[in-house]
Amino acid sequence: MVVLGLVVGFPLLGFLLLLAFGRRMGDPGAGWFGTIAVASSFVAAVGTWIFLLTKHGSSRTQVLHLFTWFQAGGFRVNISFRADPLSVVMILFVTGVATLIHLYSIGYMKRDARFHQFFVYLNLFVFSMLVLVTANNLPLTFLGWEGVGACSYWLISFWFERPTAASAGKKAFIINRIGDMGFMLGTFLVFMQLHSVSYSKILPGAHQLSTGTAEAIALLFFLAAAGKSAQLPLFTWLLDAMEGPTPVSALIHAATMVTAGVYLMARLSPILALAHAASMTIAIIGVITAFVAAMAATAQTDIKKIVAFSTVSQLGYMMLGIGTGAYVAAIFLMVTHAFYKALIFLSSGSVIHSLDNEQSIRKMGALAKLMPITAWTMIIAWLSIAGVPPFSGFFSKGSILEDAFGRNELLWVVGVVTALLTAYYMGRLVFVVFYGKARWQEVTHGHDPHESPRIMTIPLIVLAIAAATAGLLNLPYSGLRFLHDWLAPVFGSSLVSYHLSSAEKVLLPATDAVVALLGVLFAWRLWRNHSQRRELEPAVLFRGWYIDTLYDKTFARGGTALAKFTDHVIDPTVIDGAVGGVAWLFRWVGGLGKKVQSGLVRSYLLIMVAGIVVVVVYVLVSAAR
Amino acid sequence: MTIPGSWYLVVAALLFGLGAFGVLTRRNVIVMFMSVELMLNAVNLTFVTYARMLNDVGGQLAVFFVLVVAAAEVVVGLGIIVAIFRHRATITVDDISSLKG
Repeated sequence: MVVLGLVVGFPLLGFLLLLAFGRRMGDPGAGWFGTIAVASSFVAAVGTWIFLLTKHGSSRTQVLHLFTWFQAGGFRVNISFRADPLSVVMILFVTGVATLIHLYSIGYMKRDARFHQFFVYLNLFVFSMLVLVTANNLPLTFLGWEGVGACSYWLISFWFERPTAASAGKKAFIINRIGDMGFMLGTFLVFMQLHSVSYSKILPGAHQLSTGTAEAIALLFFLAAAGKSAQLPLFTWLLDAMEGPTPVSALIHAATMVTAGVYLMARLSPILALAHAASMTIAIIGVITAFVAAMAATAQTDIKKIVAFSTVSQLGYMMLGIGTGAYVAAIFLMVTHAFYKALIFLSSGSVIHSLDNEQSIRKMGALAKLMPITAWTMIIAWLSIAGVPPFSGFFSKGSILEDAFGRNELLWVVGVVTALLTAYYMGRLVFVVFYGKARWQEVTHGHDPHESPRIMTIPLIVLAIAAATAGLLNLPYSGLRFLHDWLAPVFGSSLVSYHLSSAEKVLLPATDAVVALLGVLFAWRLWRNHSQRRELEPAVLFRGWYIDTLYDKTFARGGTALAKFTDHVIDPTVIDGAVGGVAWLFRWVGGLGKKVQSGLVRSYLLIMVAGIVVVVVYVLVSAAR
Repeated sequence: MTIPGSWYLVVAALLFGLGAFGVLTRRNVIVMFMSVELMLNAVNLTFVTYARMLNDVGGQLAVFFVLVVAAAEVVVGLGIIVAIFRHRATITVDDISSLKG
């Protein structure tokens, strides 16, 4: 099990060495070093996977115990890592995608003033993410959870010279605090009920929970997941997070960190299985998020905003899977999504890079001939996310929708409509950016944009192959459901399986395929020769349903108003009043005492004589007795 | 005929009361000072009286100490009075209240 320690250890070592010597390694040395650290971690992850393949049954869950982190009474938290089929899937795709994105970043971040700093953060991020997915108890998961959050903050505001980037980082951090509160309260509740926070104890012991407690725990952890995985109503930070460099958007805000919430829910599946109402809530919020974000994605003009809304939408699908008990499908979508969404971001980054950081799709167009590799990989990613068979999205989204259909037809209907929108908005992106008329002359000052360097296109090609073929991981035929067979023991009885009639088993995938092709067709008809269609880009969708505006008007303005109120009213009256009041009280008491100090010698003498008289009278009276 | 000791004590008490009355009622510092001296000597008189009545020389001894202290007190007190008078051109106590709180 030492190999699992290596998986986590390599990025940590990379982070520490880059922190100490990164500046001296310079550009591109620091980048290569960071890439090698993560690549080594990937190799170790493959080693862990092979190690688990040699085991069977319950011994496929291995725990690497290092030391006790802290202990107070019966509360004990260990630094211990867990290798089971679920965490191995997570570490494999996290390290795999992270390696490719590190490689890509060497090209993308070239000549940046803080080149080495970027890789310091990236390695720390990968380390935190691996801690998150391999931790064997809730507090250690939380450590990773906060670690990725902190790295996300640093990397969103990596170009902090831009005020928008700085405030976007803060926004991500603050909104995630709301979710973290849910995580902590959930942990407290788990400890209160089960007297442990270790997965080895709470997952098998979950059945002891009463239904009401399980519902509460599930909802609290879903609040955490909604923050991290950008679900309604906490998704707005992910749009602003696009202020970060594009590789960051690809790695953190598409492929890995934002799926942490989905992972957490899957990890806690035994608790979720008891909480039917909470599960239904999760499914409903997931599918609504998917739909709302997909609608908003159809009207964006910033290439990264389109992809960001698309990510929110896909995360909604994953939550739909979690809510319907289709954990394997959710993890399957998470993995395939990591491939194609990272690819979409990296391709977008390639376009942005060649157009001098221009992000508006209105100023792109006709790039397919000039950037063939970027264009083709983007098209593969598009067909994958759209769910066109036989690309990976067809299988992964299909299995989510199948289980949604088994649970509730309405969930399925919304899911299918969203699938149509997905194929459409990504098609819009591809046609507007890569086809039509060239509109970038102004941006590039006449010269033609050219294909990105090989260090950036190689990750694109690798990811394109993965995005196209990842469906093979879990083909919907018994015997070929590799991912299902691998993961099913982890979820055990909490994994829900719906019985579909043989007609439904054919009709549902067929519907998915038809819907995907319809979306592609619509996009082709509507956007082949246009870069702007006001009637299809209403302001309400462009502004993301005004949800961000609403938060700004209520919470941000409300908070500012409250701060002003305390500044102008509470502070001068209550706070200063209390402090001033104490001073006034002492001055008043002193004023009373001061009257004795008249300065008149004769009054002092009178008091003295009166005192003597009292003493004498006392002596005489007591002597007379 | 010898005068009984109690008469001396009565005289001493009268002198003491007279002195105290003077201290409390007069405003001139020098008169107040004289009144204080009166009180001191009233006390001296009781000491001597008791020394005679109780046949104990300790009382007479105490009188010498009181006389010495009183002399020293007069030196310091008159010095202060002269200093105040130079400074303020008055020796009326009610005007000298600059230590008022």
